[in-house]
Amino acid sequence: MADARTQVLGRVRAALAGTAPDPEPVPAPAGARPGDVVAHFAERVADYRATVVRCAPADVGAAVAGALPAGARVVVPPGLPEEIRAALADPLVDDGLSAAELDRVDAVVTACRLAIAETGTIVLDHRPDQGRRVLTLVPDRHVCIVRADQVVADVPEAVGSLDPTRALTWISGPSATSDIELDRVEGVHGPRHLHVVVVEGAEPR
Amino acid sequence: MTGTFVGMPAFPAAARDALADTQLRHNLAHATATIRGKRAAVVGEVEHWEALRLAGAAVKERALHGLEDHLVRLEESLVARGAQVHWARDAAEANALVADVARRHGADEVVKVKSMATQEIGLNEALAAEGIAAWETDLAEMIVQLGDDLPSHILVPAIHRNRAEIREIFLRRMADVGRPAPADLTDEPAVLAAAAREHLREKFLRAKVGVSGANFAVADTGTLVVVESEGNGRMCLTLPEVLVTVVGIEKVVPTWAELDPLLRLLPRSSTGERMNPYTSTWTGVTPDDGPQEVHVVLLDNGRTRALADEVGRQALRCIRCSACLNVCPVYERVGGHAYGSVYPGPIGAILNPLLHGIGEGTGDPQSRSQVESLPYASSLCGACFEVCPVRIDIPEVLVHLRSKVVDAHRGDRVPKPEALAMRAAAHTLADAKRLGRAERLAGRVGRLVGRRGTTPRLPGPGAGWTDARDLPTPARESFRGWWRRTGGRLDGGENDG
Repeated sequence: MADARTQVLGRVRAALAGTAPDPEPVPAPAGARPGDVVAHFAERVADYRATVVRCAPADVGAAVAGALPAGARVVVPPGLPEEIRAALADPLVDDGLSAAELDRVDAVVTACRLAIAETGTIVLDHRPDQGRRVLTLVPDRHVCIVRADQVVADVPEAVGSLDPTRALTWISGPSATSDIELDRVEGVHGPRHLHVVVVEGAEPR
Repeated sequence: MTGTFVGMPAFPAAARDALADTQLRHNLAHATATIRGKRAAVVGEVEHWEALRLAGAAVKERALHGLEDHLVRLEESLVARGAQVHWARDAAEANALVADVARRHGADEVVKVKSMATQEIGLNEALAAEGIAAWETDLAEMIVQLGDDLPSHILVPAIHRNRAEIREIFLRRMADVGRPAPADLTDEPAVLAAAAREHLREKFLRAKVGVSGANFAVADTGTLVVVESEGNGRMCLTLPEVLVTVVGIEKVVPTWAELDPLLRLLPRSSTGERMNPYTSTWTGVTPDDGPQEVHVVLLDNGRTRALADEVGRQALRCIRCSACLNVCPVYERVGGHAYGSVYPGPIGAILNPLLHGIGEGTGDPQSRSQVESLPYASSLCGACFEVCPVRIDIPEVLVHLRSKVVDAHRGDRVPKPEALAMRAAAHTLADAKRLGRAERLAGRVGRLVGRRGTTPRLPGPGAGWTDARDLPTPARESFRGWWRRTGGRLDGGENDG
């Protein structure tokens, strides 16, 4: 008897025998492009009950520190810009911490790859300024820094500029469930608090 | 109720029981109306929704038409990125592959992301038979699993349970399988969610093997995509050392760029959000990040049978958004269990017969009649087609499958009552005089049963119809009779007829 691979592919071929070849792709319509993508992003991500702060480049450190409860134990990825790290009191730098160790940390501070205005989404591609996937997953509070020039208009623009060979995490608000009588509850397994610091002063794309 | 769909009665019998449950009907009406409203609002925001639907349908159609090439390419790109690819003809093969991975790592438990494919193949039960516990980590799936219950909706599987029932299930069962529910547990959704968080975090932190499905699998890059809300998916995809992903072969998307319309269509159609809280994509193994051993099981299990059906093939475009359930008047009244499958509602009514086959009867007579009852579980109102983000013409497929059911039974020695009724109807409708006589007879029945609006229970085989439906009283006078009497003018004599 043929192996499973041969047989499944054979069944596919037989099922499609006589079928016209690939129809031409139908181009997807362009996404929405608001006049002020940064303001639109800030409004949309706040709509998911994320906390949003907009600040000037000089004030990023203070804005990040202000997003953290007093005495919070904070972890940062190894590539977080030095000026942000300097604003934090004695942060833990991730050097391969275990999930159990991260579970004892209160918050994580990271950069992002880009943000999507139309959907209020932050995308991480887990470069050194964003850290491993586990870093932004286990601690209960995620403070994410979004530069104005990282905000794109809509999903097609995001898909077009991301590298699919990297692991990607798209985040739209804090973790949420609507499984109990469709009442939305924030925070089931991922971070229960998403704090977005939008840094103005760079031109949006 | 036990945690398996095996041995479910045909749709009419299951629907009759469900209809008698007024609490269920109330819960469902509330839930489906809520999701319908949210969906309509966010779909209304999108300027070119129709063009987006066309693009999404075309992506999936293109993927299906070139499926062999895309699957081969998907396998190549996955292997190139360090994943191990397996092929499974059926449920048993897929389950054995997953069990084998778990066993090789000495794992007696796995954590699972909610996945329709693994439910379809009965993975949890198969792993249990091997001594491996599979923990569902989606809140609704956990409620269903702890309650030894069955899912009743694609998106919100515990839609039929209210908060008091969920509290009772947590208090009664959590302690048996891990961290107990707190003694002061209330039925507040936030409190229940917090209890689930504590209970499952213990399992996430110790799990060696994670199991998931995938919403999409990109052929040219080998990228797998999981769309979710709670973060349990991210946990299962990130924390274990080993990840096994079971992917139906119809999940293929040819290129990375073609994910775009699908990622715009799915969340708005499904939860009524602009975007779901979390989307994870991964391509093989990412060094020093997440599972370092990654397996992908490519699953047929009837999909090639569906693919061979020229009309039904379009059902394989389905991206499991569940919008068709929430607009279906039949689903809203009977709920998901009546469909006897993990795929309920309009999409289930076509997908199950397509995956299992009609008249190809290898199954036992009961499951065969269950599957063959599903194309009739619809009013053909067409609302499901209107909301489908990938434009699956569900009514067209339903009618097509009904004809296949009829064809499959033409040779039966004892014809079904419907067949006899249809033959009688054909005889009557074929001749105007016969139809006129039948209408006069019906009018007399109408006068007999009076002004109730609906007829009482029909006698004989007709009882099967009236047991679960209201039958309108026949008109006292036929249209032809009325026309003869009035010349087409309304009773007041105004000549606008």
